[in-house]
Amino acid sequence: MEVCGTHTVSIFRHGLRSLLPGNVRLISGPGCPVCITPAATHEAAITLVSEKEGLTLATFGDMTRVPTLKGSLQTAVPAPGSRIKIVYSPEEALEEARREPSRQVVFFGAGFETTIPAIAFTAKRAAAEGLGNFSVLPALWLVPPALRAILEAGEIAVSGFIYPGHVSAIIGAEPYEFVARDHGLPGAIAGFEPGDILLAVHSVLEQAVAGTPRVALEYSRAMRAGGNPVARALMEEVFEPFDAAWRGLGIIPASGLRFRERFAGFDATPKFGLARPGAAGRDLPGCRCGDVLRGVIRPEGCRLFGKKCLPDSPLGPCMVSYEGACLIHFKYGRTRRPSP
Amino acid sequence: MCLAVPAKITRLEDSGQGTANYMGSEVKANFSLVPKARLGDWVIIHAGFAISLLDKKEARETLQLFKEMGAASRR
Ligand code: SF4
Repeated sequence: MEVCGTHTVSIFRHGLRSLLPGNVRLISGPGCPVCITPAATHEAAITLVSEKEGLTLATFGDMTRVPTLKGSLQTAVPAPGSRIKIVYSPEEALEEARREPSRQVVFFGAGFETTIPAIAFTAKRAAAEGLGNFSVLPALWLVPPALRAILEAGEIAVSGFIYPGHVSAIIGAEPYEFVARDHGLPGAIAGFEPGDILLAVHSVLEQAVAGTPRVALEYSRAMRAGGNPVARALMEEVFEPFDAAWRGLGIIPASGLRFRERFAGFDATPKFGLARPGAAGRDLPGCRCGDVLRGVIRPEGCRLFGKKCLPDSPLGPCMVSYEGACLIHFKYGRTRRPSP
Repeated sequence: MCLAVPAKITRLEDSGQGTANYMGSEVKANFSLVPKARLGDWVIIHAGFAISLLDKKEARETLQLFKEMGAASRR
């Protein structure tokens, strides 16, 4: 299983699946933060911007198109004076809060360990500057607990993992060691070039054949085995783990992050009286994005795939996010032909 | 969000703010998470923050390995 959506993109763009022998199958995992953020959280953002006046909801572009039973951020009608702003960094949201002190600015960013330090940095900076008009609607997810949940559920027979390169650049190799130790499964941390992925597949196979599972580091040009201690310390200072609900995976122990007491004022959830995350909410009827995220079905296994659910009219986040398996399969999967 | 390709630092202020050249275009970035970064270093940027510093020696070795893989596949 390749855990990271960016790996899935690379695998499909370069046609790597077709290069592998029939007994080596790559399955896309839950590595799309936009996708695994449950419907209830997306709905909370829609409620926020449509009901509160004079507020800016700053978010990544993909997030605005996620369909829910309440529509999407893109189709939401903002309350008077409110608006949605697409940003590519949480710092842009902070900048807006500085510029307009009378306006409430809420950053809604879904992310894994790669994105969380940036959000922690931004919240800490807001605290230092006393910016009471800045807050975060958190959708912050930890990768290792999700892998544990997938393995413990035993729904699919995973025989090894390609670990996400940039999540690992933050957390290092140690957090995956339980996979080799407790489950006896090989794995390799990989970069995003096609060569990186083939190296990782090679390493996983080699470990499987030799019966020596471990966490191989195949991305040492861009990460250290210990990760990024500065980023991790920041994450730990600002956030604490809690049992979070993922789309498709249910509640996973200690798999999400929330603000620590000291930074609780930056949590948009209580600040604006939004429903507590923890509830997963309901997906659009027929959408099997949750099953796709667990690797239980391939996107093609969803009845709506490529028919009612298309990139222009998505019925689930897996067809919205550029890291979403349904979108990737749709974009690259169908045009791939076996070489003559 | 995740720029999988590394970027080269082109401006670095004491505040940690600066710019990097990412595939030919200048992007704003915050370098506070990689305190060892210096002007001219290569970094991985994610959501506006540099999260990791590239090791030049390792990068060269990987590139060499990719070349060998390419050559092997053509044989
Ligand atoms: S194809 Fe569309 S409806 Fe089906 S699982 Fe994917 S996102 Fe959901």
